[in-house]
Amino acid sequence: MAEVKKYEEPRIGVFVCHCGTNIAGSIDVKAVMEYASTLPNVVIADDYQYMCSTPGQNKIAEAIEEQKLTGVVVAACSPRLHEPTFRAATKEGGLNPFRFEMANIREQNSWVHMHQPEEATAKAKDAVRIAVAKASLLEDLIPKSVPVEQAAMVVGGGVGGMQAALDLASAGIKTYLVEKDPTIGGRMSQLDKTFPTLDCSQCILTPKMVDVFRHENIELLTYTEVEAVEGYIGNFDVTLRKKARGVLTTEEAEARGFVGGGCNGCGDCEDVCPVIRPNPFELGMSPMKAIYIYHPQVSPLIYTIDFDSCVKCGLCVDVCGDKKAIDLNAVDEFETVKVGTIVLATGYDIFPVEEKHEWGYKNYDNVITSLEFERLICASGPTGGHLIRPSDGATPKRVGFVLCAGSRDNTGVGKPYCSRFCCMYSLKHAHQIIEKIPGAVPYIFYMDIRSFGKMYEEFYYRIQDEGAKFIRGRVANILEDPVTKNLHVNTEDTLLGRPIDVEVDMVVLAAAVQPSEKTEATRRLFGVSCSQDGWLLEAHPKLNPCGTTTAGVYLAGVCQGPKDIPDTVAQAEGAASAASIPIHRGEVELEPYFAVCLEDICAGCGMCVNLCPYQALALVEKDGRRVMQVTEAKCKGCGTCGGFCPGGAIRMQHFTTPQIVAQIDAFLLGGEQ
Amino acid sequence: MADENWKPKIIAIICNWCSYAGADLAGSARTQYPTDIRAIRVMCTGRVDPLFIMKAFQDGADGVLVSGCHFGDCHYLEGNYKAAKRMFLLKSVLKNIGLDDKRLRMTFVSASEGAKWAKVIEDVVDTITELGPSPLNEFAR
Repeated sequence: MAEVKKYEEPRIGVFVCHCGTNIAGSIDVKAVMEYASTLPNVVIADDYQYMCSTPGQNKIAEAIEEQKLTGVVVAACSPRLHEPTFRAATKEGGLNPFRFEMANIREQNSWVHMHQPEEATAKAKDAVRIAVAKASLLEDLIPKSVPVEQAAMVVGGGVGGMQAALDLASAGIKTYLVEKDPTIGGRMSQLDKTFPTLDCSQCILTPKMVDVFRHENIELLTYTEVEAVEGYIGNFDVTLRKKARGVLTTEEAEARGFVGGGCNGCGDCEDVCPVIRPNPFELGMSPMKAIYIYHPQVSPLIYTIDFDSCVKCGLCVDVCGDKKAIDLNAVDEFETVKVGTIVLATGYDIFPVEEKHEWGYKNYDNVITSLEFERLICASGPTGGHLIRPSDGATPKRVGFVLCAGSRDNTGVGKPYCSRFCCMYSLKHAHQIIEKIPGAVPYIFYMDIRSFGKMYEEFYYRIQDEGAKFIRGRVANILEDPVTKNLHVNTEDTLLGRPIDVEVDMVVLAAAVQPSEKTEATRRLFGVSCSQDGWLLEAHPKLNPCGTTTAGVYLAGVCQGPKDIPDTVAQAEGAASAASIPIHRGEVELEPYFAVCLEDICAGCGMCVNLCPYQALALVEKDGRRVMQVTEAKCKGCGTCGGFCPGGAIRMQHFTTPQIVAQIDAFLLGGEQ
Repeated sequence: MADENWKPKIIAIICNWCSYAGADLAGSARTQYPTDIRAIRVMCTGRVDPLFIMKAFQDGADGVLVSGCHFGDCHYLEGNYKAAKRMFLLKSVLKNIGLDDKRLRMTFVSASEGAKWAKVIEDVVDTITELGPSPLNEFAR
């Protein structure tokens, strides 16, 4: 432990920020500053337009030197925003940076009491008094540096996860890419074309999949899920569940002594497998065997057995023969890997649009979702790229596209947010119909067309010129003609101001997106928060969109919020860059908020040992008696032990009992009563 | 009720990761709520020693709010469970010494629930205003 400097008397400087009019607009900053100068231990009080500016920070550094300050208080915005700035200024002035305390008079005062200047000023005075009380008791703390494991993990093998893994690996970092499905590729591999360039999705994706598979620094772990996570930035221990695949790779076969064996993707097993079940990759629109690959371009090219439907008849084992690639008795295996940083790229699912009963999805045969449309129009899809009506196999001529199907929906059934890419892919769908089916007319029912990206608006004009019909109005309901199975789309054409009924052969619902099924479980494993709608929460919506509040865990792609492919790839590159920084630095500083045992007082009862969620505490024999000992590297500083210790023998650095009690006393006993 | 101009003194001890961030979000969104609350930040509600709350009441607080992450969301895995258990126990202690246990409240506000934070404060201030000054007030100084 570092030597704690002793000072005779606390000498505190208080600096009150105007933040332009953000604070000064509702708080009398001068009055707060004058009040601060009357508080015990305060030797200097000052105010400034912007404390975070260079002159503002210089004020702090100068005052520390001139007034021999022992503590600094800045009354300004939230410590979650500018605590690092002012700690740096405190250090600049020659004081330990942890001798700084912030009074939040913006986010939790001036902004929430905009029309009560008197009360807000009184509250600001209290906040300053509370902060001064704590600052008077602050001590020097030395952050601890820990080494960073020279490896990273990416969870999710969609286009975002693949890009993050490629960037990390190409920066020379050993990267584990974990994917729950048997192949990487994610949602993008289910798409036919991408807007606005009309690139074939698979054609631009598969080279990346091959790069990932071939990269010497990437360890690809498909059909694997995260089971448990322990540790902290630089030192995560991630336990992985390698789900029983039932098929051995060449390496695995070699490890079992079958040299030259293992799956080579020949597909003989699939031919003989008697089990037929719906194909999840084709959204149930085509059959699949119990032993399967999703599509010919899968990476890695290894078959997988679905043990839920496999009847273990053994036909595949026989046909596989000498390759001995199939093991019907395979069980899940567990492996723990050590990594320094983690990127989450867990993607999205389609909102179950049948919950919007009025559109009849799953009731009417000819109402499909946009993802089903992608498969039907895709040359490698269940119909070989021929768009057909599910009811009779006919080619539809009039196709209705219902936009915002579950997005921008405040009824409580759908999602309140914009799913961001549905407008654009629906325009693309309209183009594909016009291109593939002579005489076909797409009807697009929209609220607003949001074509915000590069060349997107131009694409919108192009589709208008191609002859798509745009009807501005939210679809009230869809009714099926029981004889023809045609659909009547009822809405109000809000541009004409009258209700209309459009008869179409088929309806495509541009369904909203929602966080993927496993997102909730995954985020809890990694200790990442989510926003109200379930998307993973970034550390700051504008200035730190790739980070999370858990140091060392970063976000890429739609798991953080709906975004299209270019935005996903861009964020993935950002997340990879952020995740590579601690690894390349080689060490990270941990905030020195850990627990310290006051051995003179500790009675060795051991209550704290079981309370610690990180097994950081242990009882040891010392001078003939039992005392608690903290493993500092494991302690994260939550204070759960300190909040319980019956003897008050645990000191939580920077949040000590005397400091917190001083704050309580300062508020309740210190003010103008 | 004592005095017409009486304003309750309420102290909030809130965790850094969820409730403090939620309170900051209420600020960014300019969601207005009553002023009668002063917040102390701790890293986790698990840090909240029941003695802090007893000290606050002893000092004359009219109400105490402890606010942390939702269950399962704790930045430190389970600090909020432990805090909730302690607060539950502490409420029965408060009852036993003749203090209305509604003066102590534990809530769970996440980093994305700025609007909920404002609602919680309104509700706490209403509850405490209805209860009036703490009976311990006169002994406080």
